[in-house]
Amino acid sequence: MSPRRAAVSAALALVLLALPYALTSYYLDLATKMLIFALFAMSLDLLLGYAGLASLGHAAFFGVAAYTVGLLELRVGASAWVAFPAGLAAATLTGAVYGVLALRARGTYFLMITLALAQVLWGVAFGWRSLTGGDDGLPNIPRPDLGLPWSLAGSTPYYYFTLLAVGAAAALLVCIVRSPFGYALRGIRESESRMLALGYNAWLHKYLAFVLAAAFAGLAGCLYAYYNRFVGPEYLHVIRSAEALLMVILGGAGTLAGPAIGAGVIVLLENLISAYTQRWLLILGGIYIAVTLFAPRGLVGLVHDYRSRRSGR
Amino acid sequence: MTVWAEHALNGISFGMLLFLLAAGLSLIYGLMKILNLAHGSYYLLAGYIGLAVIRATGSFLLAVAVATLAVTAIGAVMERFFLRRFHLDELPQTLLTFGFLFAFADLALWIWGGNPQTLPKPAWLAGSVELGDRAYPLYRLFLIAVGLAVGAALWWFQEGTRLGAMLRAGVDDEEIARGLGINVSLLFTLVFALGAFLAALGGVLGGPIIGVYPGADFDVLLLAFVVVIVGGLGSLKGALVGGLVVGLLDNFGKAYFPEFALFTIFVPMAAILAVRPTGLFGRE
Repeated sequence: MSPRRAAVSAALALVLLALPYALTSYYLDLATKMLIFALFAMSLDLLLGYAGLASLGHAAFFGVAAYTVGLLELRVGASAWVAFPAGLAAATLTGAVYGVLALRARGTYFLMITLALAQVLWGVAFGWRSLTGGDDGLPNIPRPDLGLPWSLAGSTPYYYFTLLAVGAAAALLVCIVRSPFGYALRGIRESESRMLALGYNAWLHKYLAFVLAAAFAGLAGCLYAYYNRFVGPEYLHVIRSAEALLMVILGGAGTLAGPAIGAGVIVLLENLISAYTQRWLLILGGIYIAVTLFAPRGLVGLVHDYRSRRSGR
Repeated sequence: MTVWAEHALNGISFGMLLFLLAAGLSLIYGLMKILNLAHGSYYLLAGYIGLAVIRATGSFLLAVAVATLAVTAIGAVMERFFLRRFHLDELPQTLLTFGFLFAFADLALWIWGGNPQTLPKPAWLAGSVELGDRAYPLYRLFLIAVGLAVGAALWWFQEGTRLGAMLRAGVDDEEIARGLGINVSLLFTLVFALGAFLAALGGVLGGPIIGVYPGADFDVLLLAFVVVIVGGLGSLKGALVGGLVVGLLDNFGKAYFPEFALFTIFVPMAAILAVRPTGLFGRE
């Protein structure tokens, strides 16, 4: 890590740690939400930015984890020590099954199949009222009770809990994309046939990336179920998948910081704009179109262009 | 006529509707490799526009004409001024069409409100016919007839006309087609508009059965996806067979396993995927 990068990271960590002292609980909750969606977007970026697989069904893993947490907490009364890992396991398992199906296809078919597979789960959550509560969802999920001396119910402790989880996951993601495995993924993204010729098992790499991305999305889903204290079918909906895709591309696919920034921007904008108008979806649609037309490589790409123009290249 | 046969007829008429909705998606993909996520929005917009025209004039035919024309124009504009810039670049195209999907959905909600509505059937199709010992709604039979007629017309267009030959040439090898002097760019706009027209037709004709409501665009899009995944993208035959398969599965599923309605469609879809990832009639 270059000294400048280390300084920026340290400053960022300090700011994040100090946030509860600067923000009211309303904005602290918003910051928690931004962190969770940053993780969700980074998990999708492992697929899109590194493995080159554009998924339109990433909400499946987020939602499965959230529903597992909700069902175990409310219907079984399980402790968070059980529900949280179970949510992670459910998302990973769903990823392991869906990965086998989805990776039979490529390109457009991959988009369609991931979308359709996610919508199956949405259909189950929506239709199976006796288990999932249908479109009423599962309200009143308690904040996690880990049996620690301090409670996680308030805004500040839950923010720190989320920060710890998202920070650890982000660090792990950085390790993954910098590992030989991560470089092999980039190679497959650029030219699968060459990687095959070099003796790499491309399918296995993509499959592992798919399952890993599902697991990280599941972590975001677990955190969000406890954060929002509610789970509903919209967690699984293609709108959420597409929103994640937008976060990744708005920030800049293929970098981990970009999608995290993209997620923060979208969550913040949604919050600000929804306060003034009912027309958030219309504006979000406009953002999709504008990003595609004017910033196809995302905010990170814009900064890059600006820098290289300034340095006169 | 048994209950079973009635479900089958319902399934076939719904399947014909799905064919209308999926044929455009499939044609557009076949030629341009665009996955149009706003395809369900054409259904939604046409349904609402048709409803407004019927309320204003009382004429179903006028509603069909106005709604399909308006939506066809929207499709042409989307292709000509937005999607064309990203030819063969699937991710930006997908994002763009997603943006349109959101924008159209919210506009429709803004203009027409959130209550589910059903288009009235025209008086001349409102009755029912005796099939054996049961009465069956005439409108559903009409849908089957329209589906068959559109299917035949599309087949004739593709196989029997000069434009259709150009289209097939464009699908097979775009560069060579351009080299031969075929105006492929114009063809793109025409086919995109044709696809929008078919979905709009499905919107007005399906309005009396499925209805129009916020979220209908997603529901229709998803069904059309399943149809083309089952039948194979880019193939008319695939859209027709896929439409019928999905229509029948959906009807029997809803009748016998109401809580798992979507499962009866998706499980066969997954099975077909496992055996033939490009669908029954698709090509790589």
